[in-house]
Order: sequence, then C-alpha cells, then structure tokens
Amino acid sequence: MSWLTSFWRSSIGGKVTMAVTGLMLFGFLVSHLLGNLLLLQGRDKINAYAKWLHDLGPLLWVMRIGLLAVFVLHVATAIRLSRANKVARPVAYRKPNTVQANMASRSMLLSGLTLLVFIIYHLMHFTFGVTNPGHHALKAAGAGGHDVYAMVTTSFGNPAIAIAYAVFQVVLFLHLSHGLQSMAQTVGIHHARYTPMIKTVSFLVALAIAGGNAFLSLSVMFGLVGGTQ
Amino acid sequence: MKVILHIWRQAKASTNSDFKQDGKMVRYELNNASPDMSFLEMLDVLNEQLITKGEEPVAFDHDCREGVCGSCGVVIDGVPHGPESGTTTCQLHMRSFKDGAEIYIEPMRAKAFPVTKDLIVDRGSFDRIVQSGAFISVNTGAPQDANAILIPKPDADRAFDAATCIGCGACVAACKNASAMLFVGAKVSHFKHLPQGQVERDSRARNLVSAMDEEGFGNCTNQNECEAVCPKEISVRVIADMNREYLRAKVLEE
Repeated sequence: MSWLTSFWRSSIGGKVTMAVTGLMLFGFLVSHLLGNLLLLQGRDKINAYAKWLHDLGPLLWVMRIGLLAVFVLHVATAIRLSRANKVARPVAYRKPNTVQANMASRSMLLSGLTLLVFIIYHLMHFTFGVTNPGHHALKAAGAGGHDVYAMVTTSFGNPAIAIAYAVFQVVLFLHLSHGLQSMAQTVGIHHARYTPMIKTVSFLVALAIAGGNAFLSLSVMFGLVGGTQ
Repeated sequence: MKVILHIWRQAKASTNSDFKQDGKMVRYELNNASPDMSFLEMLDVLNEQLITKGEEPVAFDHDCREGVCGSCGVVIDGVPHGPESGTTTCQLHMRSFKDGAEIYIEPMRAKAFPVTKDLIVDRGSFDRIVQSGAFISVNTGAPQDANAILIPKPDADRAFDAATCIGCGACVAACKNASAMLFVGAKVSHFKHLPQGQVERDSRARNLVSAMDEEGFGNCTNQNECEAVCPKEISVRVIADMNREYLRAKVLEE
C-alpha cells in the first residue's frame, strides 16, 4: 500500500483526488437539480420523489455517508494543497500581475469556502430545520413525510432567502466553470481538438447547473411556481 | 527615453527563516535609456551610473543574451520576462515601454528559488529535479546509425516542443502557487514521445514528481499563467502529459 500513500501525498495525487471527488460532487449536483426540477411538475411529483428517496432506507444512508466522505475529502485535500501553495511562495510580489488567468481560476479556494458556508446554511435550512423551523415542520397530508413542495415554496416566497440562494449560484458557477475543465487536464486529457470543446462544455454545464438552481428559487419568489396547485 | 525603476535590492542571500525582511524596493531614475537597448543593457547603463556614484550595482543573472541559455529572467511589472510574449528578458527591448514608464523589477519568488542577491535566485532545485531522471541512460560503445530508430514526425515535434525548455524558471515565478509543473512536465513530455525514453518511462515519472515535491514547489491549479509567460511558449499540454504518465506509473508500480 506504500504506492497509495506516496500517491496520496504527492502533488499530482492531491490534484487527482480533487478531480475525482469533484466529479462525484458534480454528479450529485446534477441529480440534485434534476430532482428539484420536479417542483415545476407540482406538489405531488416532488413529494413523491422525496418519499421515494426516504423510503430507500439504509441505501439512502449509504449514499449520504458516501457523499459526506467525498465532500470531506474534497475540502480537506483543497486545504492541504492550498497550504502547501502558500508555503511555496513565502514572499509575495510587490506588483502582482497576470497575463491570462481568469477570475474563476484564481479564486477557487475562496469560491470553494464560500460554497462550504452556503452548503452548511442550506443543510441547516432544509435538512436540519434550524434556520427556519416553521418551514421545516411542514408535513405532507396523509403520508406523513415532509411536504417538500410547501417547504420550498414557503422558503423562497421570502425574497431574502430566494435572492441569497440565487447569489450563491454565481459562486457555484465560478467554481464549476473552472473545476469541470480542470478535471480533464488533471487526469491527463489535453488535445488540440477536444480541450477547447471541454472548456466550452464546462462553461455551459456550469451555467446550466447554477442557472437551473437560481431559476428555481427566483421563479418561486416571482410567483411562477407555488400557490395552491 | 526616461524610465523610473523600482528594483528589489537585497545584499545577503535569503535564508528560509527570514525570507521577508531580507531586502527592499529601491527607486532609481534613468534618463539616458534608448528604445533600442535591451532590458539588460538598460540595467547595464544603470549599473555604470551606480558604480560611478560609488554605489553597489544591481546584481542580475545573464549569460548568452540571445534568448537560449535560460540564465536571465526577472519579474518585470509582475510578469516574468516582462510584457512581450515568447521573449526572454535579454531579448526584451526598451521600445516595449513608454517614455517615463515606472517599471517594477523583482526577483522570481518561490521558496525553492531563494534569492542569492538582488535579482539573482538560486535555481539549483531545477538541477536536482533533472538529476533525478530527466535523461536517458545509454551504455557507451560504438554509436549506432543515426536513422536506425524511426520516429514519427508528430512525435518528434511533440518531444521537441517540450525540449525547447531552457529551464529559466519563469513558469514557477508566474504561477500563483509557485508550481514547477510546466518545467517538470516539459521534461516528462520530452522523453515520453521518444522511443529512447520508453525504457525508464515509469521510474522517470515517479522520480521527477517526487523530486519536484521535495523541493517545495506548489501544486498546479490549471490557471495556465506558466504557458503565457514561457519564453519558449511551451503548452500546458506537457502538464497533462506528466499527470497521465505519473498516474500510469503509480498504477503500475509493484
């Protein structure tokens, strides 16, 4: 197993860990958005989806623990690498400058940590019911589980919450737009024809994910979704 | 033309413990620069004036002054080798600056490149990385026929693109994380595309990466600043090559 520990400790091992865990988290984001888009199909559809997820029982817990492990690995590796990067340049330039690096690529740690704060808030909001216990307590009629539809529409009916969620999607977009295309480079995919394609697709996919999330919160705020149907 | 220079002055070599208090930026005015001078000639003129005044001249690294040796390389206005792309500091000319320009000149900043004096840094870390495997082992004996080993032209071109690296260190200096991955990637990619490089393929990837990590360089975050400042315009493709070679070598390691 020494090859594994030396790989894990190496610079490229750290990068690959970021790429692989990043890809897994991206997969979760896709399923999260697809599930939430059921909101547009009305109360019954999304509540049925929520009930289906909860009825998975032990399997749901396997997924939750797996997701948490991947998330912790992603954050911990990011912190380890960033710390090493800081040590690698003890004296900063008096006149810093860049030629072609974009804002998204230079602020990955900042956007990542911002997302961490947002995700904690998001879990306290919808999963643990700490920030808005009233919303969290909404129960579906009959079946007994949460009334996800009511939770979401009541929450995002509050413009402050809806706008806060939408603003965080800008950060998510920045993080994803650099992260997605970085994955290919990190695992060694670089090609005259495919690399420009990968960059464009990463940008569009990041836009779709963040835009989709923001669309959901804002459409509730503007009354396009919600009400009594 | 007239230029105002802000130059990092540091009398003694940096030590790891007090990197930060080692030197300071000093302002100089130079009234008799010519647009036809190279950047290093402009520094020569400054140094002549300093010597005439009895001051210590600015120490900077240089050798061939024709863009092939990799000795020169200072950070000019935050960009290694200055504002012209694909150009070493010695091949940069003062016509790239406006009359009256304020120019900030700093040494390359990295823990693995300690400052020896003023603008000179010790790039011995690059030499140690090269010694760890950026070569092919060849038994001595009668040389074989030059064209006995056929190499497809595209492969030869890829190897040569990587081999143009002059080891100046601009990639490290430009990287936000002071990562040496463009340099090390160039070494890996240089041999990866040649049949002679296949024999030590896996050990080379492992040894180069571990030597790079031991020197205390940072980790690549794919910002591509390195390829933008590389005087030989080496693409970050070589970093992808290195990543793939290292992954392969680690997976196959016994």
